[in-house]
Amino acid sequence: MKKILIVDDEPNIIMALEYTFKKNNYEVFIARDGQEALDILQNETPDAIILDIMMPNVDGYATIAEIKLNEKLNHCKILFLSAKNKEEHIEKGMSLGANAYMTKPFSTKKLVEKIEELITT
Amino acid sequence: MNSFLLIIILLIYVGFLFFIAHWAEKKANHKWSNNPYIYSLSLAVYCTAWTYYGSIGMAANSGLNYLPIYLGPIIAIPAWIIVLRKVIKISKLNNVSSLADFISLRHGNSRFLGAIVTVVCLIGVIPYISLQLKAISETFHIVSQTETNDNVFQDSTTYVAFALAIFASYYGSRYVDASQKRRGVITAVAIESILKLVFFIFIGVYVTFFVFDGFDDIYLQASKLPYFEERNTLGGLTQGMNWYFLIVLSLFAIFLLPRQFQVSVVENNREHHLKTAIWVFPLYLLLFNFFVYPIAWGGNVLFKGQEVNADMYSIIIPQFFNNQFLAVIVFLGGFSAAISMIVVSSIALSTMLSNNILIPYTYLGKLKIQNQVDNNKRIINIRKVSIFILIITAYFIYRYFVLDYSLVSIGLISFVVIAQLAPAFFGSLFWRRGSLKGAVAGILVGLFFCFYTLLFPYALGISSSSNTFITEGLWGLELLKPFQLFGLDYLQPVPHAFFWSLLFNTLIYFAVSVSFKGNYRERNYAEMFIDIDKYSTNHENAFVWRGTAYISDIEKVLIKFLGEERTRRALSIFNLKYNINQTSDMADARLIKFAENLLTGHIGTASAKILISSVVKEEKISLTEVLQILEESNENILINKKLTETSNELKKITEKLQEANDTLVVKDKQKDEFLDTVTHELRTPITAIRAASEILYDDEDIPNELRKQFLQNIISESDRLNRLIDKILDLEKFETGKQKLYFVKNDIIATIYQTIEPLQQLIKNKNITVFLENSKSVYACYDEDRIIQVITNLLSNAIKFCPEKEGLITIKVKDKEDYILVSVEDNGKGINKNENEAIFDKFYQSFNQNIKKPVGSGLGLAICRQIIEHHGGKIWVENIENSGACFYFTLPKNKQINAI
Repeated sequence: MKKILIVDDEPNIIMALEYTFKKNNYEVFIARDGQEALDILQNETPDAIILDIMMPNVDGYATIAEIKLNEKLNHCKILFLSAKNKEEHIEKGMSLGANAYMTKPFSTKKLVEKIEELITT
Repeated sequence: MNSFLLIIILLIYVGFLFFIAHWAEKKANHKWSNNPYIYSLSLAVYCTAWTYYGSIGMAANSGLNYLPIYLGPIIAIPAWIIVLRKVIKISKLNNVSSLADFISLRHGNSRFLGAIVTVVCLIGVIPYISLQLKAISETFHIVSQTETNDNVFQDSTTYVAFALAIFASYYGSRYVDASQKRRGVITAVAIESILKLVFFIFIGVYVTFFVFDGFDDIYLQASKLPYFEERNTLGGLTQGMNWYFLIVLSLFAIFLLPRQFQVSVVENNREHHLKTAIWVFPLYLLLFNFFVYPIAWGGNVLFKGQEVNADMYSIIIPQFFNNQFLAVIVFLGGFSAAISMIVVSSIALSTMLSNNILIPYTYLGKLKIQNQVDNNKRIINIRKVSIFILIITAYFIYRYFVLDYSLVSIGLISFVVIAQLAPAFFGSLFWRRGSLKGAVAGILVGLFFCFYTLLFPYALGISSSSNTFITEGLWGLELLKPFQLFGLDYLQPVPHAFFWSLLFNTLIYFAVSVSFKGNYRERNYAEMFIDIDKYSTNHENAFVWRGTAYISDIEKVLIKFLGEERTRRALSIFNLKYNINQTSDMADARLIKFAENLLTGHIGTASAKILISSVVKEEKISLTEVLQILEESNENILINKKLTETSNELKKITEKLQEANDTLVVKDKQKDEFLDTVTHELRTPITAIRAASEILYDDEDIPNELRKQFLQNIISESDRLNRLIDKILDLEKFETGKQKLYFVKNDIIATIYQTIEPLQQLIKNKNITVFLENSKSVYACYDEDRIIQVITNLLSNAIKFCPEKEGLITIKVKDKEDYILVSVEDNGKGINKNENEAIFDKFYQSFNQNIKKPVGSGLGLAICRQIIEHHGGKIWVENIENSGACFYFTLPKNKQINAI
């Protein structure tokens, strides 16, 4: 079973994401900010991570920088999912080593497709 | 005391002064050597051995008559400061290094007038120096209990004089540029001023409180003396006239004595030092004179009926009581007074002698052809030898001419001679038409009367007492009696001579100046002197000159005295000052004046002019032309001033524009950030709605429970979206000033209750106690709906941050004089100190809150701040120790603020 980690601070968005990926047969882990995500990643190695940028405590940028330091997570695909849709934000996210960037609001179908695509390549 | 031992003590003392001078010279800018107090104390070089010993003698022999000499300067001080400021400015701008230079410059760099002034100073001051040497020598003999030796070379005081001469010539002539400051000498003089005052107070206290039983005791015993009454009466109008003239005389002396000019003008290096001098110097004079009377009359009582020189009371009294130590101390004080006068006077005189007689009349030709090193050596040597010869001459004059006169009379004769410079000097400062011819004629005539009414009779008194000149007048004519000239018989000799000489001097000065016009150069300087404030920046502009001159020629002359490097530096400063490109090889008037100034310090103003004139070709200008040119340059100065003002204004406007632009840029950036944040905040609920809707749309077999939950999410996120939009619009209204407020007198307690009501359910749910401290009404003027909004916001925050158990919210209202203070306190975890300000910023909470995703827009506190500030109040937060945060806001009570 494929594993996915969802990192976001909006409860209602989390709920939608959790439902969508469980429905598509993923084991879903949930973190409400960067710190929680990093804590989970100490024990788990998911296939993909969906990462918000604007979060309290440790934001998305800082989180991906930490993840990239961990060799165990090299294979793990990372997708930024953020309301920040400016060119500079996307560029920054990609340059930090993300595999994809998707802006909010998003289509759940397209998000699942994108994650599938990332995991299989 | 053994005279050998006394010489050793003197040597140690002089060594100490040498050390001070040497140290101060090295640290010329040290705060201890360059401060207003050193300057003020150096002015006390006015108090010489004459003051130290002579005024006691005078007080003993003729009562209060010693006072006018000190009252003059004290009375004159306010005027003195004003005049002196002008003199200092003129002297600094023109590199003037002596009184002779000053007067000669004003009268068109006149060599002749400079020489005359120098001669007057020599005649006046050399006997004065003799007087100091006499004081040193006599006190030396008294302290060492030896007799004056008739053979000059076996008299130990001769060697003291020689040592002094060497000290003075070594320290007095270190700089080629005579207008340079001599910090070393001046600091030593200031130290000596302190010492002589302290030592004098020692002897005063000793006589008053140890020999006698205080002031009363002296007075009681002195009043029994037969001549007490007679000597202590102010003798009516006649005496009053005498006093009047003595006061005026000393008033002139404070300006014109070469040593006073030296310390107060040449050695002044900050104009504001005058501000200290204005009180320190009169205070010094008052302190110095405090004990004169007790010592004098104490002496009269002690030595009743004995032949004792009253001048020497201050040494003889301690000696009489066998107090050798105090006698030596007093001697050192007197020595200090004498030595500072001798050193400063001889420096001033030697500068004048070299720069106003020797160089312009004899050495100038030689200096013109030699190189810089030889020139400097020669100038310094001329000054060194002059100082040495001056002091030695003074010593021999003392030995052979002035042995018999009291200290005071010689001092006053000096004053009268020097006072002859007064009309020309003060005329220079205040009268445009004063001319060279007038000044020369006035001084010569005045000098003639000095000789006739004072110097001759005194000189004759020494050689032949049987001469009938004094008693019967010249050729036996009653009217020509030197001490009662033209029948004026109620003045004492000194005021008498002063009156006649100065009267004729002034009359002739005015008459000749009015009758014969001066040349254009004189008039040019008259303008510059009198309106010095107008020309104090770029004063070279005020110099009128026309002709042909090559820069290279002038440069060559300058190099001969300043050396290549200093010349180059000076010229580049000049070019910088006037914005001159070095393309032209012709010099203009400004450079001519600049070059003359540079040379003036070295060789005097007259020689400077002669030297420069010899390498340039000047065309004559008529007086009217000079005036016209000056007028024009004045206009130019005015126009320049206006231009500067306009450009300053422009600068200010530019600055304001820049500022406005900066704030605009900041505002623009803030607006961008705001938009960024707003869109982000709007997208968040839309995202949730979008995702939930998509799930509901796609997924038909979603469990009922979950379906309901998603629908619930859609509703709450839609509400959130709506609230957000409301608040943004609210904030926007406040920020753009469109929000209207309706001020009504309200009871804040009632308002608070009204606010709490709808929140009751929420409060109950979280088990929070809300406690309102007050119950009595407190009134203030506010828009109730808006304040409800504020309190609701603060309460919701407090509820949000209260702990799970035992939450407590305390509301307090304080009724202050013209405002009320409301506080809302919770017992949650408090706010980071560095966030106290930031939480009132828009959207602050969305990024920085430590708790799980909050309910709220992040705009609440920003709106609260807007509301309170529009009411004219303040809102802020403080952390309560160990328990939660406390928000405060104030509302003015009565201030009716119109809707904003």
